[in-house]
Amino acid sequence: MKRRTFLQGTVTAGAAALAAGAGLLTPGAVMADNHGGDMAEAFKLDNLEAAMKAIGAEGAEESGDIKIKAPEIAENGAVVPVTVSTDMEGVTEIAMVVAENPTPLAAVFKLGEGSKAMASTRLKMGKTSDMVAVVKAGDKSYMAKQEVKVTIGGCGG
Amino acid sequence: MAIKLKAKEKDGVVEVKALMNHPMETGQRKDKDGNKIPAHYISEVIVQVNDKDAITANWGASISKDPYLSVEVAGKKGDKVKLSWTDNKGESDSAEADIK
Repeated sequence: MKRRTFLQGTVTAGAAALAAGAGLLTPGAVMADNHGGDMAEAFKLDNLEAAMKAIGAEGAEESGDIKIKAPEIAENGAVVPVTVSTDMEGVTEIAMVVAENPTPLAAVFKLGEGSKAMASTRLKMGKTSDMVAVVKAGDKSYMAKQEVKVTIGGCGG
Repeated sequence: MAIKLKAKEKDGVVEVKALMNHPMETGQRKDKDGNKIPAHYISEVIVQVNDKDAITANWGASISKDPYLSVEVAGKKGDKVKLSWTDNKGESDSAEADIK
């Protein structure tokens, strides 16, 4: 798992370096447009790094104050219950990202006045993956992750 | 299409629970003839209390079929909760419930 993430990171970085070297736009420059605007494109991004960037969570600080409630082992990847919550002050946004899914960004919840920093839903997981939770509080992003082992994938394949 | 919506107040916090009927197709699956089934998923869900936005959610195709959602919002017994969704094909549905 760790190794796979590392390899993916290397490939992405390599591609970015190539694009930059060839005088093309870097993925970062393209993705920056998504943040704060139309979210639809962010949900179509096919790698973790781009998805995190699109929601403004690149380099988000890891925080022990974010609680992820998800099974350690999911027998059925088609329906994985996930709850993300935090006691942090001033939370405006909670996002759920499934690192290994074909399109990692799963959900972004924007909180209105008085709403608690809690969101619970059920996600599809194609295979064993880190479940990444991102919390925006003030103008900073924080993240936490938990691995969920999937025995039967949830993408109908 | 249908939505089940419940809202219950306890100690000043309103727990909203919803179940929406929707195929939530990822666009990655193939039918038995090998043709890709087009993506079809709820892309936005809005939860309102007395017509004021409490939660605005953007979703991708990773949300499970017939989505479940639970959030905690501000409100009191008798207030109106409304949940509406729109999918990537522009279809939509909504439901209302009184906070109990």
